[in-house]
Amino acid sequence: MLYIQILLNGLMLGGLYACIAVGFSLVWGVLNVINIMHGSFVVLGSYIAYFAYVHLGVHPFFSIVLSGGALFVLGYALQAGLINRVVGAPVLTTLVLTFGLDLLLNNAMLLAFSADYRTVRLENPFGSLIVADLVIPLNRLYGMLLAGALTALLYMVLMRSRMGRAIVAVRMDSEAAALMGVNVKRIFALTFGIGALMAGAAGSLLSLIFPISPIASTDFLGIAFVVCVLGGLGSIAGAMVGGLALGVIQSFGALFIGPQHGLTIAFILLIILLIFKPTGIMGRRGYE
Amino acid sequence: MTRVVSVLIGIALVACLPVLGDNYLLRLGTMFAMYAALALSWNIIGGFAGYPSFATAAFFGLGAYTGAILQGTGVSMFIAWAGAGLVACGFAALLGMAILHLKGHYFAIASLVVAEVLLEVATSWTSVTGGGMGLNLPVLQISIEAQARLFFYAMLTIAVLALGMNWLVANGKLGFALRCIRQNEDASSMVGIDTTFYKVTGFALSAVFVGSAGAIYASWVFYIEPADVFSVLTSVKPIVMVLLGGAGTVLGPVIGAFVFIVMEELVWRNFLSFHAAVLGLLIVGLIFFVPNGILGLLRRRWTSGSRPQSSEENVE
Amino acid sequence: MSLLTLQNVSRSFGGLNALDSVDMTVQRGEIVGLIGPNGAGKTTLVNVVTGALRPSAGNILFEGQSIAGQKPHQIGQMGIARTYQVVQPFPEMTVLENVMAPATFAARAGDLEEARGKAMEALRFVALDGAAETIAAELTLAGRKRLELAKSLAMEPKVLLLDEVNAGLNSAEIDGALTLIRKIADNGVTVIIIEHLMKVVMTLCSRIVVLHHGAKIADGTPEEISHDEQVIGAYLGTRYSRGLGAREAAHD
Repeated sequence: MLYIQILLNGLMLGGLYACIAVGFSLVWGVLNVINIMHGSFVVLGSYIAYFAYVHLGVHPFFSIVLSGGALFVLGYALQAGLINRVVGAPVLTTLVLTFGLDLLLNNAMLLAFSADYRTVRLENPFGSLIVADLVIPLNRLYGMLLAGALTALLYMVLMRSRMGRAIVAVRMDSEAAALMGVNVKRIFALTFGIGALMAGAAGSLLSLIFPISPIASTDFLGIAFVVCVLGGLGSIAGAMVGGLALGVIQSFGALFIGPQHGLTIAFILLIILLIFKPTGIMGRRGYE
Repeated sequence: MTRVVSVLIGIALVACLPVLGDNYLLRLGTMFAMYAALALSWNIIGGFAGYPSFATAAFFGLGAYTGAILQGTGVSMFIAWAGAGLVACGFAALLGMAILHLKGHYFAIASLVVAEVLLEVATSWTSVTGGGMGLNLPVLQISIEAQARLFFYAMLTIAVLALGMNWLVANGKLGFALRCIRQNEDASSMVGIDTTFYKVTGFALSAVFVGSAGAIYASWVFYIEPADVFSVLTSVKPIVMVLLGGAGTVLGPVIGAFVFIVMEELVWRNFLSFHAAVLGLLIVGLIFFVPNGILGLLRRRWTSGSRPQSSEENVE
Repeated sequence: MSLLTLQNVSRSFGGLNALDSVDMTVQRGEIVGLIGPNGAGKTTLVNVVTGALRPSAGNILFEGQSIAGQKPHQIGQMGIARTYQVVQPFPEMTVLENVMAPATFAARAGDLEEARGKAMEALRFVALDGAAETIAAELTLAGRKRLELAKSLAMEPKVLLLDEVNAGLNSAEIDGALTLIRKIADNGVTVIIIEHLMKVVMTLCSRIVVLHHGAKIADGTPEEISHDEQVIGAYLGTRYSRGLGAREAAHD
């Protein structure tokens, strides 16, 4: 029974991880840019949810729209204004650039919100569902379901909408897409914006579950990395698989060597994968 | 020849810093030497070979802890520093064999994550490393001024050695091979370059002086903890310095380190809470306005008038 | 003993058989042509011989020793060199430095001075010595092809595989290239040349190997090849080859 509980915990966590990572994976897969700011985007989304609840009484599950929207605008502007100029530049350039931008963003958040951890305490907490001997915290369950719904929605957008097809085309071959009349620069900005949107939305969902602080941004970034390498770049399904896999692995890892090593487990897994199978579980090679 | 002479004069001048008797300047000089060594070391794998390594923090932290642990067992400071360099070198060779077949982003992440893993190991292995509570080093029984001078000269020595290594690599077979690898790795293989051997050698060399610098740093500050010596900034700052000065050149890292340290001091003194943000701004400005570094800018200004328009020439 | 032997060499990518049980020998001093329609597997064969790709099956012998599975740089040092269809220079270095690289690492020149000497020799051979200080990226296509040739010569190879050296050249440049290749062969280098231009292949080669869909379908003198039913079928379709066979039978 214990193992089923651990598995459930892992799956619920994994669903959230997938939502954290899917935007990061899309940006990496389509623009070939690793966005170091992604973790800070998630944290910013959390803060928006926090303040929306504290000052406006908006439930974090609803402020997904707020966080998502705000981060989309930020992401789009950043990409169109700055990052677009270095798309295609060597890895070092884009990595160092987004690192620098993250320093700015993170420092700004530290100054504005201080490093103190905050949590959203609901007036009517969800409590837990008890099924057989299994404890299912409802905030996590709902978080995971919503995360899954969001991810599925993104998948639909990519597969069905014109914009979505354009993004997929650019991911496969940006030159060919340009020849087909796709405005690649705009698609890049759009994709980056969507990546930021998903990060912000994930942040909203997470605000109920994890404590919020600018310091946490590196944890989220680390999770996004590992999920991407586990599941493969630029694919929604990959992020889902990678996220669930990571959640489950971490859950069982916590059982054997303690919960404080969660991130270490993730990173060791990452290195092992990179050394032996960079294409991850799904076996699809992304950009290098 | 004149360039070598002017560099030697420059080193001699810097070595005279203690004469000024200002401890603050001496501390600054020590930091400059340390970062110059880090930047020069990174230049070998990042500048010459073009592999975006973020492993500097891993080597630095490893060196710091190796040095501290060795000193804790009674070994003399100087032997500890040398030992730290060797350990870092060996570690880099092994790590290199594992991850240097990766390219681009994958290599960058792998090298970045290694430091994080080492950080966790250091935090958990309390019996050896003191865990999150850090490690204390034996205090030296000499005056503050003498200590400042000692560590200044120690770091300066490492920096000069790193500079010498850069010069040797740049003018020798290893540098030639690494430059070929950066420009076209497949063609390099085809013309007989054992790319794995040269990459791993370059990577290992890029760790030696970083490890020693880490050990000297530990002795200098008497107390180290994981978050301090494995900080990702220790990986990023040398990269920024090399980009600032000019990647793949011998003097670029030194120039970049100097400019960076000066700017950082000014910012630190006046904008403490904006420290990270200003570094971020510096990076953004660097990427957009000085993409080839300071040396690149200067070189373009010197040659813009004299170079013939070679694009029109038909060379057969 | 033949210089280079391919024994039952195959190479597949997923389900695609790029090379299918190819047997081939090359004797010292030959100029062998390697022809076939697009996608026949010619470049794959070169990649397998030079170590850029591992064969999925079969063996490759060079001077009697098995080289299948060796790394490209080892094979380069043993004396097998190749040029690329799409030239692969070191773009930021000068022409001289480009050629010094193989001189240093494949031909094992003792020091930089010796490497420079060998490099200049190779450059003089291809008449590119005047451009020694030019940055490789600034050469014209013909110049880059010569650079590619000089680089492979600087390796002091025993076997030279030329992959469509004439692509993109005008007819005067092609004649120049032909003269160079003959000079190379006269100097004792065994040459295997992949080529689409029949005029080049027919005049230059003593023997021609024909690949089609990864398999060897013919191996003989230019005269034999030009009448081979399978070869004509591969290039022009079986209508023409069958027709030819009938017409030839009718003449007998």
